[in-house]
Amino acid sequence: MTAISTPAAPGTLRYQLASFWSDFSASRGALVGLIFIIFILLVALFAPWVAPHDPAMQDRSALLIPPVWHAEGSWSYLLGTDAVGRDVLSRLIYGARYSLSISAMVVVISMGVGIFLGLLAGYFRGWVETVITRVMDVVLAFPSLLLALGLVAILSPGLTSAMIAIAMVQLPYFVRLTRAAVIGEKDREYVIASRLSGAGHLRLMFNTLLPNCMAPLIVQATLSFSTAILDIAALGFLGMGVQPPTPEWGAMLANAREFMGSAYWAVTFPGLIILLTVLMINLMGDGLRDALDPKMKRS
Amino acid sequence: MFKFFLVKLSQLVPTFIGVTIVAFSFIRLLPGDPILLMAGERGISAERYAQLKSQMGFDRSLVVQYFDFLKGLLHGDLGNSLVTHAPVMNEFLSRFPATLELSLFALTFAVIIGLPAGVLAAVKRGKTLDHSIMGISLTGYSMPIFWWGLLLIMLFSSTLGWTPVSGRISFLYFIEPVTGFMTIDSLLAGDWGAFLSSLHHLILPGIVLGTIPLAVIARQTRSSMLEVLGEDYVRSARAKGLSNFRVIMVHTLRNALISVVTVIGLQVGLLLAGAILTETIFSWPGIGKWMIDAISRRDYPSVQGGLVLIAFIVMIVNLLVDLAYGVINPRIRH
Repeated sequence: MTAISTPAAPGTLRYQLASFWSDFSASRGALVGLIFIIFILLVALFAPWVAPHDPAMQDRSALLIPPVWHAEGSWSYLLGTDAVGRDVLSRLIYGARYSLSISAMVVVISMGVGIFLGLLAGYFRGWVETVITRVMDVVLAFPSLLLALGLVAILSPGLTSAMIAIAMVQLPYFVRLTRAAVIGEKDREYVIASRLSGAGHLRLMFNTLLPNCMAPLIVQATLSFSTAILDIAALGFLGMGVQPPTPEWGAMLANAREFMGSAYWAVTFPGLIILLTVLMINLMGDGLRDALDPKMKRS
Repeated sequence: MFKFFLVKLSQLVPTFIGVTIVAFSFIRLLPGDPILLMAGERGISAERYAQLKSQMGFDRSLVVQYFDFLKGLLHGDLGNSLVTHAPVMNEFLSRFPATLELSLFALTFAVIIGLPAGVLAAVKRGKTLDHSIMGISLTGYSMPIFWWGLLLIMLFSSTLGWTPVSGRISFLYFIEPVTGFMTIDSLLAGDWGAFLSSLHHLILPGIVLGTIPLAVIARQTRSSMLEVLGEDYVRSARAKGLSNFRVIMVHTLRNALISVVTVIGLQVGLLLAGAILTETIFSWPGIGKWMIDAISRRDYPSVQGGLVLIAFIVMIVNLLVDLAYGVINPRIRH
């Protein structure tokens, strides 16, 4: 027999992956999103090699130079320079590191804690569930950005507190989704079978139930990721997030604001890159939802 | 229906108590001594320190302090601002109409554009128009609104000079506040110039604040329209030979609106969060800007009071949405 690629048998992991990929790649938007995200991840990863300048270097002879397509533009500063002569492009490239890594941490923290609390609430029910859902209701009663601002004020402005604050604000969505999914799955036959064969609470929660509840959580994770990028930038813009001179996208916008009339590029590009990144993640999220969650499929 | 209302209301009580605990803990969780923090860099004498401490109740047990705070809250007393020394409640109430006016304007803008856009996209499903509307609304949904605001200011205010950059009304007018809504008050005063000026000032911030709700409404309208279009009764209506317009406007849209109304109601929390950024960019004198200023000036009683009041408003609006949903869709009452 020669090794020809045969379609995988239904039920195997390879079959599931192949079916996921065919659903996901059916949406052109989702593919574009995925390619853009991979691109920007690579740029962030290889920032020192990709960026034409040091993001903190101030060239006093090149203040507020416009982008290269203007007559006064210069090839050494493709997207122009800011008010203290730093290269906008290099700062955007390094900024990707902050925005993406902080947002990824936000998702990891809120998803990890949220899954744990949601599993507890959905699995044990009773007072555990009451306490957890009530606390989450309280978190949801505050407008998210306001609560994040309040938390940052308590923790003092900075990268770590912004991260914790935004993770906290995102937490209820993961708790609610996990809880609902667990309640839906808990009485299914495979769970009962596993319990009867002697599986303990931890095993039932993490090995039996959790893998079957992951689809909506993965979709929520992409949504959270894009929201986190926006919120981190909003906190940075309000001066409560990552502090200057760190080249975070929101903080760059805040710095450039006073030169809005004279140097549009310093305002336009940081916002544009935030918009593009968030848009592409959302496009990818739509595709993921269609592929992973038949119930939520766009009709 | 009344029972449904009572059940929903009783569910709010623990959440509200939770909100008060969060707001109460806020001042006490801040790093450092709150009184020294309030005194700032000038420092404070030992007597004044002791006086302030007993005045603010910090020398009593936490439980007593919490119940004092709760008692004050029920009497509408949220303490005094550290900056203006005016009662926090008055400060809040004097700014709230500005935020409400802006939010209502933004929501109206979002509904007027978002609803027809969603209907159009659903009707033209799969066509270029559908793809364009959905593409634009996903872009709106992904918009960093603080940047969007700056961009619009750069274009319409700085370059074209069409709209004012900040504030609620031109300095040329002084309108005695009656309702606190600048547009209504100027009409009440019979001053057309002032009315137009206040409308003029509302446009840009309203668009900025309405952008994300618009996108959400358009997406929701489209998807619930598509859901309803697949129902049997819509097919029956078509089979009866009703015109396409009538099938869509009467038989489909009315039923699709149920979930859209809920989504519109749920935008209120989002509007208040968005108001923080929008008001900061446009120097709009509402509660969003007031909260930001309070946080940056370390005016803790204002932050604490603002947190409780805003959470309270969001909770009440969500309750009303729940009730409205119960009225439109009796199935969920049970």
